Amino acid sequence: MIRWLLIGVLAVGVTGTAVWGYQEHQEKNAILVQAENSYQRAFHDLSYHTNLLHDKIGTVLAMNSQKQLSPQLADIWRITSEAHNDVGQLPLALLPFNKTEEFLSDIGEFTYRTAIRDLNKNPLTDDEVKLLENLYKESGKIEKELRKVQYMVLNDNLRWMDVQLALASDDKTDNTIIDGFKTVEKNMEGYAEGDLGPTFTGASQQNHEYQFLNGENLSEEKAREKTKKIFEIPQGAKVTMTKSGKGAEVPTYSLSYRSDKKNGYMDMSVKGGHPISILVERDLKEAKLGLYEGSGKAKDFLEKYKYKQMENFQSTQYDEVGVYNFLHVQDDVRIYPDSLQVKVALDNGDILGLSARDFLMNHHKRSIKDPKISEEEARSNVNPNVKIQEQHMAIIENDLNEEVLCYEFLGTLGESTYRIFINANDGIEEKVEKLKQAEMKFE
Amino acid sequence: MKWLRVLSILLIVCMLTISISSSVDQTSHAFSPRVLQKGSTGDDVIELQARLQYIGFYEGNIDGVFGWGTYWALRNFQKEFGLEVDGLAGQEAKQKLIDATNYDKQYVKKQINSGKDFTYYGGTPKEQQTEPSPKGGDKKKDDGPSEPTSVNVPTGYSQNDIQLMANAVHGEARGEPYVGQVAVAAVILNRVESSTFPNSVSGVIFEPRAFTAVSDGQIWLEPDETSKKAVMDAMNGWDPSQNALYYFNPNTATSGWIWSRPQIKKIGKHIFAK
Repeated sequence: MIRWLLIGVLAVGVTGTAVWGYQEHQEKNAILVQAENSYQRAFHDLSYHTNLLHDKIGTVLAMNSQKQLSPQLADIWRITSEAHNDVGQLPLALLPFNKTEEFLSDIGEFTYRTAIRDLNKNPLTDDEVKLLENLYKESGKIEKELRKVQYMVLNDNLRWMDVQLALASDDKTDNTIIDGFKTVEKNMEGYAEGDLGPTFTGASQQNHEYQFLNGENLSEEKAREKTKKIFEIPQGAKVTMTKSGKGAEVPTYSLSYRSDKKNGYMDMSVKGGHPISILVERDLKEAKLGLYEGSGKAKDFLEKYKYKQMENFQSTQYDEVGVYNFLHVQDDVRIYPDSLQVKVALDNGDILGLSARDFLMNHHKRSIKDPKISEEEARSNVNPNVKIQEQHMAIIENDLNEEVLCYEFLGTLGESTYRIFINANDGIEEKVEKLKQAEMKFE
Repeated sequence: MKWLRVLSILLIVCMLTISISSSVDQTSHAFSPRVLQKGSTGDDVIELQARLQYIGFYEGNIDGVFGWGTYWALRNFQKEFGLEVDGLAGQEAKQKLIDATNYDKQYVKKQINSGKDFTYYGGTPKEQQTEPSPKGGDKKKDDGPSEPTSVNVPTGYSQNDIQLMANAVHGEARGEPYVGQVAVAAVILNRVESSTFPNSVSGVIFEPRAFTAVSDGQIWLEPDETSKKAVMDAMNGWDPSQNALYYFNPNTATSGWIWSRPQIKKIGKHIFAK
């Protein structure tokens, strides 16, 4: 009797486990299929978009009138962005595919700039046409290679999940898809950014890399001395100092200390010993100082380290911390590229941080010419519904990464506040920003 | 019976003076002594907004965050009352406000603590300026300091971006020194800026195989306060990685390719590279 009972229980148990296992297996497969499908979709989209890209660039080469050119260029810009998105969805992060990505973003950048330009006034130059021809040729190569991979994927039923596994385990076994993408990338190696010629200056960050940094190169010894003046390193703290590697934009010394209560970190340029970034971390008590008192501390700090003519143009309180954004002011003109941030602890007024990267990259004395249009004229170029409340003169970097002199207007429309820049030479509306409002808490 | 009447009158007078003196006490000590400026948050900002709304200068929400709306309201108030127009709520501006307005602290606090939409215009019955209370009443205290109902967020980002990034930073770099966490957050933001990566915080974080913490699910661990602070620092412009786009742990890196990237520096266990 007991034996039969046991057999019965076991039998039920075994069937139960089998059913459960089967269900788990089904579910796992369903999820795998779903993941596979989203990879497949991104991949086929990518192939489609590169086809389209190649065709569109081809048609642009044949076009002549501005009326047709601008929309077509804008369309190419849109397609490169889509293609770029597709790449971002594929599990390629550990595969060297950046040349191709750079190529895509270069096409995007070039077409954007030419699309927003008045081509009636400034038609495409010979160099630019040559560049387009080059882009046409290169995009043709990508198209061809990707089509080949696509054909193999479809024909041999290749799966992206295998690519992911192969990349994760980093084994050297053949994977057709990975090989295909490597070929695409290899083809791109012949293409370098320099090919774009002098009309094309690349992304803004590359424009001015600390070219105005002054001073002598500091020895490690001297740098250590200098950091001690800026930091009050607590007794018994562990201090380490390292020099940056060859990938750094500008050679730096990095000094850090750790103690029980405080951790500090500073990057200092080797040339001139300018602090690029300072961060101090410690537990903060309840705020005793207001944001206003904190801004005084920040100003004192900047003055002490010879940052002159800085204006606090924005300040924000985050609980016990005040963050202050400063701009350099030259001849009553606010220089937006020369900005830096200072962080102040509102419990005792200590300086918790400085970020002077933008300032050090861009700062130099500019020759500012008189504006060609009057303030009245500039005002008339602002949307009449905006109620202007404040104005300044400012230098900003526009969409084409050029520094331009502008009239800056702060105005309101309904409940929103806007910052509007009108070019002081030709009255073009360079930039309109809706300024950040506080966000509602959801808790 | 006469003494009884006298006594009761005395008592009433007594009570009146007490209540008057206490209410006088409340108004004169209402504002904290600190100067308020754009970007400030706190209890005194709530009072500033309520008082500015009372006389019709401020039309936004009374939320305890000194934003652009409050800034323009204060400037217009200063202009109209013949004060220096600087957008700072100093002693003089506060005194003028106290003289010109009434501040019903209890009413305002009650509305804020109950989380209802409300306004505080002078001359309009308060019952018309708030939603009707649900029966049963609120259990929360109506007095005492109120938390602001809004929060300052770095320009260009949302609270949810902060949360998502804090998750990623916690998953990737918990146990690293604080600067190391800021640097990891900065790398995410550098990728958003870079033309060769997706253009949003979520796009960068969820890019397949980009972050191990995303692939193995560690991103869904509850982040601590430190990672949130690190993310805020990165969003406010701090970048100890010096514009790095990659980082890796040399002990666990699986890809050989990553070693070919030009290295910038090492913070904690991570090597940061271009």
